[in-house]
Amino acid sequence: MDWGPIYLTLKLAVATTFILLLVGVPLGNWLSRTTSWWKPIVETLVSMPLVLPPTVLGFYFLIAFGPEQFLGSWIDKWFGIKLVFSFPGLVLASVIYSLPFMVQPIHSGLSSLPNSLLEASQLMGKSKWKTLLKVGLPNIKASLLTGIILSFAHTVGEFGVVLMIGGSIPDKTRVASIAIYEEVEALNYTTAHTYSLLLLALSFGVLLSVYLINGGYLKRFWR
Amino acid sequence: MITLDIHKRLRAEGGHMDLQINVRIQSGDWVTLYGPSGVGKTSTLRMLSGFMKPDNGSIVVSDITWFDSVGKVNLKPGLRNIGYVFQDFALFPNMTVRQNLEYARKKGGNGKLLTTVLEMIELGDLQDQKPASLSGGQKQRVALARALVQEPKVLLLDEPLSALDPAMRFKLQEYLLRVHREFKLTTLLVSHDISEISRLSNTVLVLEKGKIIRQGSPTEVLLRHDISGKFKFTGVIISIEKADLMYVVNVLVQEQGVRVIATAEEVSVLKPGDQVMVASKAFNPLIYKLNV
Repeated sequence: MDWGPIYLTLKLAVATTFILLLVGVPLGNWLSRTTSWWKPIVETLVSMPLVLPPTVLGFYFLIAFGPEQFLGSWIDKWFGIKLVFSFPGLVLASVIYSLPFMVQPIHSGLSSLPNSLLEASQLMGKSKWKTLLKVGLPNIKASLLTGIILSFAHTVGEFGVVLMIGGSIPDKTRVASIAIYEEVEALNYTTAHTYSLLLLALSFGVLLSVYLINGGYLKRFWR
Repeated sequence: MITLDIHKRLRAEGGHMDLQINVRIQSGDWVTLYGPSGVGKTSTLRMLSGFMKPDNGSIVVSDITWFDSVGKVNLKPGLRNIGYVFQDFALFPNMTVRQNLEYARKKGGNGKLLTTVLEMIELGDLQDQKPASLSGGQKQRVALARALVQEPKVLLLDEPLSALDPAMRFKLQEYLLRVHREFKLTTLLVSHDISEISRLSNTVLVLEKGKIIRQGSPTEVLLRHDISGKFKFTGVIISIEKADLMYVVNVLVQEQGVRVIATAEEVSVLKPGDQVMVASKAFNPLIYKLNV
C-alpha cells in the first residue's frame, strides 16, 4: 500500500491548522471586541465556506490563481509560488475552507468572557496583546482546542476543493480522500477499504478526544 | 485631589438622562455614591477609569489631567493609576491568587508590597489556590488585594460587598477600613447599604437622575435631622407582624435582630426590606462592658 496519500493528508491538515491558528486568533479577537460596521460583513465572509459548495470555492480559486490570470502570474513572478495544482495552493484553499471552524469557537469563547476581566487587565496597564495572551486565551482553552481539532478534522475530510484546484498529483496533491475516489474508479476495493478505514478511525479518534477533554472525563480519571 | 466636572448623555428608561457630576474630592477622602440603580453611579466610576468617554468636561487628579474635552486629552485606563474592585471581582480564573497579584503589580514597584498586602488581608494560606475554589468573601478579599498591589492613587469600589451575606459584609468592611487607614487612598464607593456607608465613608454624594442632589457627611445626608435621639442605628426590616392592636417590626441592626413596637399608621409606610433608623429618645440606654 502507498502511504503517500495518508502522509500528505496529515501534512496538509497540520499546516492548515497551524496557519489557521495564527489567522484565527487575531480575527476571532477582533470580532469579539469590535463594534465596527464591517463586523457583519467579515462574519459573513468567514462563515461562507459552511454553506458554499466546495466546487464554487475551487472554481473561483482557479479563476483567481490560474497561471494565465493576473493574480496567479503575479504571485508566481514575485514569490515563485504556483498556487494551482500544488501543495501551497492546497494549504491556502484549505485555510479559507476551514476558516469558520477555527474562527467561530475562538470568537464565541472570547465573547463569553466577562468584560471586566479584560478591563481589569487594561487598568493594570497591560497592552491588548498581553491581555489576550495572558488573560483571554488561557481562559478559552476549550474553545481553542475545539477550533484546532475541528479545523484539523475538516481539512482531513476535504474533497471537492482539493479535486478542483489540486487534481491528483501523487505526493503533491493526491490526498487520501482523492486516493479513495481513484482507487474505487479503478476497482481497487482493497486499497480503498484500507484508506477509508484509516480515515474513519482517525476522524473518530480526533473527535472523541475533543469530547473527552472538553467534557472533563480525562481529568476525572487522572485524579 | 480629584476635580471631576463631567457631562454625558446616557440612554435610560424612557429616553435619555443627562449625567452631570461636578465635585471636588480631597486626597485621602472616602466618598460614597448613593442612589437608586440607573442614576449614573457606575457610569461615573467608568468615566473616571477611562472606559467611558464623557461628552464634555474634565477630570483632573493630583494636577494631572486625565480627561479634557476642550484640550482633547483622554488618558488610557492603564495610565490612570486606578485600583478598581469590580462587582463580579474579575479575578483571572487561569491564575492562582498569588499570580493574580503578581500580574497586577506595577513594573518596578515596591517589591515588599505584595507580601504586606497578603498578610494584611490574611490571604497567605490561599495564595496557591485558583479563584474557582474560593468563597465569595475570599474572592472579594483577593480582588481588593489585587487592586492594592497596583499601588493606585485612587481606589474605586463598585458595590463590592453586595453579593455577600451580612456577616461576611461586616467582616470585609473591617478589611476595607484597615486598608484605608494604612494606605490613605482616595476612595470612591458605590453602595446601597446605609449602615455600610455610615461605617466606611466620610462624604456621601446622593445621586438622582444623573445629578448630585445632596452631599455631606453620612449622618447629615442619610439620617433625618429632626431626631435628637439618645441612640440610633440603621437597619433593615425583616418582617412585620400584627400583635393585637399594635404591630411588631423585626429589624436587623448589624447582625442583631431588634423587635420594635409600631402603630398601624407607622407600619403603613413600611415593608420588609426597607432601610430604617431605630432610635430611642425617652430612655437612657444601659451600657455593659463585654469581656471579649
